[in-house]
Amino acid sequence: MAVPSHLEFFVDPNRCIGCKACVQACSECDTHKGYPMIHLEYIDRAHSVQTVPVICMHCDQPTCAEVCPADAIKRTGDGVVQSARKPRCIACNNCVIACPFGVPKMETGFKLMMKCDMCYDRSSAGLKPMCAAVCPSGALFYGTREQIEQSRPRSQAVKKFQFGGQTITTKVNMMTPKVASAEYLDVTAAMDEQTIGKEITFNILDAASGY
Amino acid sequence: MSALPNQLNDIIEHYGPHLAFSEGVRLATDAEPDKVVKTHCCFCGQQCGIQLKVKDNVVIGFEPRVDYPFNKGMLCPKGVKRYLQGAHPDRLITALRRDPASPGGFSSMPYDEAIARTAAEIERIQATYGNDAMGVLSGASLTTEKAYLMGKFARVALKTPFIDYNGRLCMVSAGAGNKKAFGVDRAANPWSDILGAEVVWISGSNVAECAPITTNYVWQARENGAKIIVVDPRITPIARTCDLFLPIKPGRDIALFNGILHLMIENDWLDHDFINNWTVGFDAAAEHVKEWTPRKTAEVTGITERAIRQAAEWWGKAKTSFLMHARGIEHHSHGVQNVLGAINIVLASGRIGRENCGYGTITGQGNGQGGREHGQKCDQLPGMRDISNPEHRAHIAGIWGIDEKEMPQAGVDAYEIFRKIDRGEIKGLLSICFNPKVSLPDNNFVARMLDKLEFYVAIDFFLNESAYHADIVLPGSLHEEDEGIVTQIEGRVIKINKAVDPPGDAKQDWRIIQDIARAMGRERGFTFNEPREILDELRVASKGGIADYYGITYEKIERQNGVFWPCYNEEHHGTPRLFEPGSWNPIAKGAGPFYFPDGKARINVAPYTPPAEDVDEEYPIMLTTGRVISQFLSGTQTRRIGPLVEQYPEPRIEMHPRLAEKLGIENGDWATAESRRGVITLRAQVVTTIRPDTIFIPYHWAGAKSANQLTISAQDPISKIPEYKVCAVRVRRAAGAPDWANEQGELAGQTHRPNLVG
Repeated sequence: MAVPSHLEFFVDPNRCIGCKACVQACSECDTHKGYPMIHLEYIDRAHSVQTVPVICMHCDQPTCAEVCPADAIKRTGDGVVQSARKPRCIACNNCVIACPFGVPKMETGFKLMMKCDMCYDRSSAGLKPMCAAVCPSGALFYGTREQIEQSRPRSQAVKKFQFGGQTITTKVNMMTPKVASAEYLDVTAAMDEQTIGKEITFNILDAASGY
Repeated sequence: MSALPNQLNDIIEHYGPHLAFSEGVRLATDAEPDKVVKTHCCFCGQQCGIQLKVKDNVVIGFEPRVDYPFNKGMLCPKGVKRYLQGAHPDRLITALRRDPASPGGFSSMPYDEAIARTAAEIERIQATYGNDAMGVLSGASLTTEKAYLMGKFARVALKTPFIDYNGRLCMVSAGAGNKKAFGVDRAANPWSDILGAEVVWISGSNVAECAPITTNYVWQARENGAKIIVVDPRITPIARTCDLFLPIKPGRDIALFNGILHLMIENDWLDHDFINNWTVGFDAAAEHVKEWTPRKTAEVTGITERAIRQAAEWWGKAKTSFLMHARGIEHHSHGVQNVLGAINIVLASGRIGRENCGYGTITGQGNGQGGREHGQKCDQLPGMRDISNPEHRAHIAGIWGIDEKEMPQAGVDAYEIFRKIDRGEIKGLLSICFNPKVSLPDNNFVARMLDKLEFYVAIDFFLNESAYHADIVLPGSLHEEDEGIVTQIEGRVIKINKAVDPPGDAKQDWRIIQDIARAMGRERGFTFNEPREILDELRVASKGGIADYYGITYEKIERQNGVFWPCYNEEHHGTPRLFEPGSWNPIAKGAGPFYFPDGKARINVAPYTPPAEDVDEEYPIMLTTGRVISQFLSGTQTRRIGPLVEQYPEPRIEMHPRLAEKLGIENGDWATAESRRGVITLRAQVVTTIRPDTIFIPYHWAGAKSANQLTISAQDPISKIPEYKVCAVRVRRAAGAPDWANEQGELAGQTHRPNLVG
């Protein structure tokens, strides 16, 4: 079985509420039961409640696989980059260090790299991955492109990312505001930017608080 | 009784909270479930659909339930991990009696003996001090069948007026405000009406953490072009991306609503036809808000004039809108006035009772709606009837087969029950689905009152912190061990399905109540064989009342995926949207859409008053309390679920860096907050997402970590809701770690114990 081509994954960080339903549900998936593969972090809790969920982006040319000396990481024909194969993985950590999105985890107890495999047992059977099935705010969405275009008219899906000189295209989509109309996301350039919109909120708060 | 039977650590060692994680069959990837049961989540008022996987009478996991239209498979982390409450190492599987000589302070006893002892003690207390010396505390996480039975049990079997429920801490301000304005107490619209609203106004609701699935409705509305206005002292996740955030000073909501109404009138953003035809009282309210100029509103609320004007303009000019609020405006000594103020700006806009025009109060508990309709409130009889109304009394007395004169009159609210214990008027207490030692304000007083009782029997599935003080503990049932109906956030009646049998001597709660009645020789009216029979009586009892369930059956719920009340007969589909033009209700009888004889809604004068305890030089900072996403209410269940505890292990004091700097506190430092009632030492979380004059502490924890040691027992004069959302405190850097942190593990209730499964 393979993941049906008309179903796609869309990450919409704008909608994330940091609830960790995705993390909790991830650990219920049979392919890695008890071990959540999603990273969900506050960006800067001192100044914002913003959180970002990171799942595997399933790159067309996965850096993790390219740097693997043991050829343990495989991308299946449906575009899903699988966790390292146990007999081959030598737990060298190359993939953990090289992945530009910071996705793979080294489970030292197993001496095995593990990562999000889009709940392959579920998605290859036509079901939604656990995280996207439960996400209560629509930050993780799994469905057709038609559905996402209809339900998120203010956003567009981007699947091209720039890390310095490296351009990466992915199977998973990132939702970005249409007003920005970016063809790709320049990730490293964005790292130094301030959070947009914060000033407006805090002007109101500061003027009112009397402090 | 006096004090706890044993040292606190000893009780926790034996009865928890301990943390359960997935183990054994729950972790096996090849475990095929025996069955998969479609039901709902056991926690909040949204009641998300969920499927439970069952193997060998244990819930081993879940599967998203996409066929249920409200959440379509979505869940929050509590719903995902709720299955870990079953087969839990702390689960009570026998009855217990207080026994200080025994490890943990309790010893097991045969169920029948525990029932006999309970019945004998109730009879002794009532023979010695009168029927009114028994009190009953119930809860709105029970199914509606159980809630109905509790009201009947108190009035018919115990013959006491003194029953009240934990909705007193939750929905009563909203309920009282809704009844005063609309004549009925139910969310007015299905949530689908949020999607098409031009403006969504959210006051005092941390939607993302307390009603997570509602976030998706709000944000889908935004995708469709809606402006989102959030009013809160904190920038919660729903506030982070809203279009306008109004950082209100705690306890000043009514001032804001009056200021908005003032601007609506000044700019003629009013629906005159609606006001003239379908409301009463507009002129008096208009006169009252004359003084609420933007400048005065800004001064009182702590929000800038500019932001107030912007909010009024968006709200005033909108063609469609949805206003929702929750405990943030309701947990106040003037909570009902806050609710009336919110309803006033809805009624003045005329945007209610139509598609995409709505109003709703966000229900807290699983059955926060159904649990407040059928008689476990101190002044209420089934069908949202009034216990002081002679006709209502006669109707229900007829159904219960008693003389109307035997029916007790109205009792008192849950907190007043504790004051009655203090005055020696109540000597015995039965509690179910209520953990007052954690959830009531000024809870050191509550603990002393539990100790003062001559007899206290608690029904629960875990030994909650209040039950530490009990003489007898009866092992009750988990949500997944029984069936029955609940009414969720929209007013939709849904069915909870049984997945597993209660373990050991544990019993379904309605059986326990009937067993006590039988042991007292008062079994007449308490011989139901299954929840369906209770529902059948409830349906008849509610018939003709405001909350009319007569047409609701398990089969219809199954067929329609829920039924919105009122539902008058078997042919009636139910009523998803209230107050539609031309709609019929049993009070107006066709005169108009609202539940008053003239069919018109009431616009009320809602005067502003400051909080009961305002800040002063001695206590200069405001404390507000609330929830975090990974915990639920008093934590009896969620503090025992390992993955949820790990997500947010212990409460912290949220404060703004400017306040922290003044106090010499850095992020992660131990900080002490002190009110006139109690002291707490927790780690500081220094964040700019809160007003600098306010601190926030979540309330889910017990003992030394309980925020309600500090809160004030001031109550709203109408609803009797306590003022959890604002009191005065002072804060300082702590000299060192508190005792509980030194004993981390045992006292913190954070040690792991294996599941009771293979």
